Amino acid sequence: MAKRPSWQIGPTRRDVLATLLGVPVALAAGCSRKPPPLPEGRIVGASAGIGHRLRDGLRPQPAEGAWQERAVVIVGGGIAGLSAAWRLLLAGFDDFVLLELEPRPGGTSGSGASDVSAYPWGAHYLPVPMRENRALVRLLREMNVIEGEDKDGEPVVGEQYLIRDQKERIFHRDAWHPCEEPYLHAGESGEDIAQRKRFDAEVDSWVNFRDGKGRRAFAIPIARGSDDATVTALDRLSMADWMRRKGLTSPRLRWMVDYACRDDYGATAEDVSAWAGLFYFAARKRKAHGDSQPFMAWPEGNGRIVRHFAERLRSSGKELLRLGLAVSEVGPVERAGKPGVEVIACDHEGRQVIGYRAERVIFAAPQFVAPYAIRSLPRERIALASSFDYSVWMVANLELKDRPAGPFLAWDNILYESPSLGYVVATHQTGTDYGPTVLTYYYPLTAGSARAARTTLLGTGWEEWAEVALADLGRAHDDIHSLVERLDVMRWGHAMPRPKPGTVWGSERPKAAQPYRNVSFAHSDLSGVGIMEEAFYQGVRAAEEVLAAHGVKSATIL
Amino acid sequence: MNRSFFLFLNVLIIATCGLVYELLAGTAASYLLGDTVFQFSTVIGVYLFAMGVGSWLSRFIDKQLAWVFVEVELAVALLGGLASPIFFLGHAYLSFFQVVLYAVVFLIGTLVGLEIPLLMRILEGTIEFKDLVSRVLAFDYVGALIASLAFPMLLLPSLGIMRTSLAIGIVNALVGLWATWLLRPQIKGSVTALRARAILVIVLLGVGIVFSNRLILFAEEGIYADPVVFTRTTPYQRIVVTRGTGGVFRLYLNGHLQFNSVDEYRYHEALVHPAMAAVVSPKRVLVLGGGDGLALREVLRHPNVESVTLVDLDPGMTRLSDRYPPLGQLNEQAYHDAKVRVVNEDAYIWVQKAPPDGRPFDVILIDFPDPHSYALGKLYTTHFYRLLKRHLTRDGAIAVQCTSPFMAPKTFWCIVKTLEASGYRVKPYHVAVPSFFGVWGFSLAKREEDELKVPERVPRDLRRPDGTPVRLRFLNDDALKAMFVFPEDMQLPADEKVEVNRLDNQVVVQYHEAEWKRYVR
Repeated sequence: MAKRPSWQIGPTRRDVLATLLGVPVALAAGCSRKPPPLPEGRIVGASAGIGHRLRDGLRPQPAEGAWQERAVVIVGGGIAGLSAAWRLLLAGFDDFVLLELEPRPGGTSGSGASDVSAYPWGAHYLPVPMRENRALVRLLREMNVIEGEDKDGEPVVGEQYLIRDQKERIFHRDAWHPCEEPYLHAGESGEDIAQRKRFDAEVDSWVNFRDGKGRRAFAIPIARGSDDATVTALDRLSMADWMRRKGLTSPRLRWMVDYACRDDYGATAEDVSAWAGLFYFAARKRKAHGDSQPFMAWPEGNGRIVRHFAERLRSSGKELLRLGLAVSEVGPVERAGKPGVEVIACDHEGRQVIGYRAERVIFAAPQFVAPYAIRSLPRERIALASSFDYSVWMVANLELKDRPAGPFLAWDNILYESPSLGYVVATHQTGTDYGPTVLTYYYPLTAGSARAARTTLLGTGWEEWAEVALADLGRAHDDIHSLVERLDVMRWGHAMPRPKPGTVWGSERPKAAQPYRNVSFAHSDLSGVGIMEEAFYQGVRAAEEVLAAHGVKSATIL
Repeated sequence: MNRSFFLFLNVLIIATCGLVYELLAGTAASYLLGDTVFQFSTVIGVYLFAMGVGSWLSRFIDKQLAWVFVEVELAVALLGGLASPIFFLGHAYLSFFQVVLYAVVFLIGTLVGLEIPLLMRILEGTIEFKDLVSRVLAFDYVGALIASLAFPMLLLPSLGIMRTSLAIGIVNALVGLWATWLLRPQIKGSVTALRARAILVIVLLGVGIVFSNRLILFAEEGIYADPVVFTRTTPYQRIVVTRGTGGVFRLYLNGHLQFNSVDEYRYHEALVHPAMAAVVSPKRVLVLGGGDGLALREVLRHPNVESVTLVDLDPGMTRLSDRYPPLGQLNEQAYHDAKVRVVNEDAYIWVQKAPPDGRPFDVILIDFPDPHSYALGKLYTTHFYRLLKRHLTRDGAIAVQCTSPFMAPKTFWCIVKTLEASGYRVKPYHVAVPSFFGVWGFSLAKREEDELKVPERVPRDLRRPDGTPVRLRFLNDDALKAMFVFPEDMQLPADEKVEVNRLDNQVVVQYHEAEWKRYVR
C-alpha cells in the first residue's frame, strides 16, 4: 500500500470516526492535533481466512489411512454443538467427535484472559431460566449455579452468580445515571413518561397473554411459546413500525427499544420484527408488573458455560473434542445399502486432513455455511439457507492498568446515543473493585445491509477500531487513553442470526430445522433468535433427534 | 526623630513576625507529629539557637548594611510566608519530614537573628547607645507579646495555619519595601531592583493566599470543623486527619468520620471485648478493616491471644500510624507487636480463600466503614457472611460494626437481618459514642448451631503488651449488659420492613444513603 502523506492522516482518521461514531464525537476526538499513541493490541480470532478458502472451493482429501469411524460427528463447537455433545453424554452415548474450527471452543460465547481477569469475546450474560426451561435448569444445576428451588418451584441461583449491584448505568451529558434498563430517566418529559407507561402496559399484556393451549406468547425456548396468529402477526412488521402504529414516538423510549434490539440481535428496531422486539421485553418476565428474570454473569461471560461443557467432554477420557479443525466437506453417502455421512476436516494450513465415516452428523454451524460444507445440497435447501441473515459485530477488550476516575463502575455501562452498546466490566462479578480491570466494548454494525456492514467490518483495521473504541469511551472517561495498556479487537462477520420481519414465523425456519438425509441441524439461527438458550435448545433437540434415530432410549429432557 | 520612630515601629513589626514564624513551626510540628511539648521545646530551642547564629554572623557584614537589611527582610518574608505550605506539603510527600522542618526553622531563625543587630548598627550614632539598646529591645519584646497573644486568639482561628503564614510573610515583605524609603539615604545606588523584588515577593505570597483554598492538600479544609493536618490520597480512598484543640484529632476516609481520639475508646472497647468475652479463651483473632490499629490495641490487651490477623485493603491505612505518629501513640504501636500479621487485600477477595495455615479464628471483628458505596456494600451481604463461616471456629464469635441504630435504623436492622439470613444467631447492641452523632450499633453473632448468650462479665486480667495491667476506660460488667438493651427509638418501627442485603440487590447501600442524608450535608 502506498504511504499516505502525513497531512492526510488527520482527515482520514476523522472520517473513520465520523462514519462509525457520528460527526460530533469525531470532531471532539479530532480536536487534539496529534492523537495520543495507541496501546498495544491486535485483531484476534475468528478464523475468517480458512473459512473463506473453503467457501472459495478448497476441498482437501484425506489419505486412505486417515479415515476414522464414529457413530456421530458434531460439526461446530459453539453453544449448540457443545449442548448436543452434552446431551449425548447425558444418555451415556460417547461414540462421537465434535469438530471445531477455532483453537478454542465456544463460538460467540468464547472468552479470553489477561493476567488480571478472564473476559468475554461475545455473549456475556444469561437470564435465570424459568422452571419450565427444564433442560437449561438441569444444566445450571449440574454447574452448581442453581442451588435449589423456591416455594413456587422456581430455580434459586447462587448469589455470587447473579449480577451484583450496581448493575447498570447510562452516561448522558457528562454524568452517569443509575438505571435498571437502558432507559434514560433524567430529563424525561410528561409525554415521555406517559409513553413509557403505555409501552410497559403493551409488554405486560403480552406477558399475560395465553393462547388456546395455555401457552405464553413469548417463551424460552421459543418452541414453548404460542404460534397463535395474533402472536405470529407481530412477525410481519418491524418493531419500529409497531411502535409508530402504537403512537410510541418518545425518542428516549425508541432509544431503549433500539438498544434492546441491537443488544440481542445486532440490528435496530427498523430491521427486526415486532415479534423479536417484544420477545426481548416479554419473554423474561414471569408476571405483568413484575421484574424481569435476574441476570447471571461471570467474568468470562458465557465462556463459563463453555468451560463446563468442555470439562464434561474432557472428563469422558476419550478425545471427543477436536479443536482447530475446519470441516471442508459433509457428504451424505450410501455405504453397503446403509445411509451414512462422510466428514472431511483439515487444519488451518490444509496440511493435516482427516476423514470421518459416521452414521449421522449434527451440523451445529450456522445455516449460511451449509451450502459450502454439505456436498450436493439440493437447491431448495440452499435457498432455505440463504434466507437467513446475520448481524455483524466488533468487540474490543481493553486491558486497563487502573479504573477510570469517577464514580463506581457498574457491570454494564451504557453510553446514551452511542452506536456502541457501551462496555461491561470483567472484574465486577469477582468483587475486585480497585486497580486493573478489563473492559469489553461492544459495537454492532447496524447501518445498512448486513452484507455492507460486513464489508465495513473487515475493511476497518485494528488501528481504526481501536480509535473508535477509545474515542467513544473517551466521551465518558477522558483518562481512558492513559489507562489502556492493551486493546484487542474481534471482528464477528456472522455474530448472530438477525430476526428481520418474517424470519421467526416464516416458512423457512421449520423446514431448515428438518434433517437432510442423515444430517441433523442445530444452531440458534433455527430459532431465529441468537440467544444462548436457543442455541442450547437446538443442540439438545438435535441430539435427541439423533439418539432416537440411533435407537438409544432416553426420555426427552426438554 | 520621625524617621527613627518609624524604624522602631519597624522593629516591633519584624519582632512580631519573627515570633509568629516560631509559633507556626511549633504548631505545625505538633499537628503533624503529635507530642506537643516535645515539638514546641525542640522548635523553640532550634529557633533561638539559630537567632544566635544569625546575630553572630552579622559581624561579618561590613558594607551596605541597609541594603543587606532589606534583603534579609525579603528572605524572611519569603521563607516564613511559605513555611506552612512547606511543612504540610513536605509532610505529605517526603519521608524525611523532620529534616525539612528543622532546616526551615533554622534558616528562618538565622535570618531573624540578623535583623536586630543590623538595624541597631544602622541606627548607631543617630541616638545615644543606651537609648538605642533600651528602645530596640523594648520594641522587640513588645512585638513578642503581640505575636504570642495574636497568634492563638486572632490569627490561627480566623486565618488558619496556612494563610497566617502567607499573610505574615506579606507583612514582612511590606516592612522590607517600606525600609527602602526609610533607609534610602543609607543605601548606595539604585533601589529599583530591590523594590521590584519586594513587590514580587508580596505578589507571590498574595497569589498563595488567593489559591490557598485551591491547594489540593487543603481543598477539603472548609468541610471539616478543625484544621486539616494530614491528607493522603491512596488508590482506594482519601485519608484526612484533622486536629482540634488539646491534641484531639479525627480521622476521615472519603469525608466520613472514622474516629475522634477523644471517645474512640468507647467504640473500640464495645467492638472488641463483647466478642472476646463470648468465647472461652480466644487465641486467634481476625480483624477485617480497622486499619487505624485501634481495634488491634484492644485485642492485644488480652494476654492469651496468640495471633491477630488484620485484613485491610489499604496499605495507606495500615501504615498511617508510622506516617502520622499521633495515631501510633493512640493505638499504642499495635502494628509493631509481633503477634500482628497484616494483609493488604480486599476482605471480600480474602475470605474466598482458605484460612491462613488452614486454621480458622476464634473471634472475628468486622470494622469496615459504613456501607456507603457498592464497593463496601458487598462486605455486608449474605454471600460475604456465609463465606466468613469458613474462617470461624466452632463456637467462635463475630462482632460487626453496624452503623447507628438511631440515625439509620433500617441500615442497622438490615445488617442484623442479613447476618441472621446467613445462618447466624445475632445479639445486636449499641453504645454511646458522642462524636458519632450519639449512638453507635454493633452485632454479636455466632453460628446458628452454637449457643449465643449476652456476655455477663468483661474480660479480666487485661494487660498492655509490656505486661502492665490495664483497666478498660468504658466497659464494666453493668455497662456490658446495658449495651444489649434496646430502647423504643432504636427498634425498627413495626410498619417498616427491611430486606436482606444481597450482592444482587445491595439494599443496605440504598438504606444507608437515604437515612444518612437526612443528617449529613
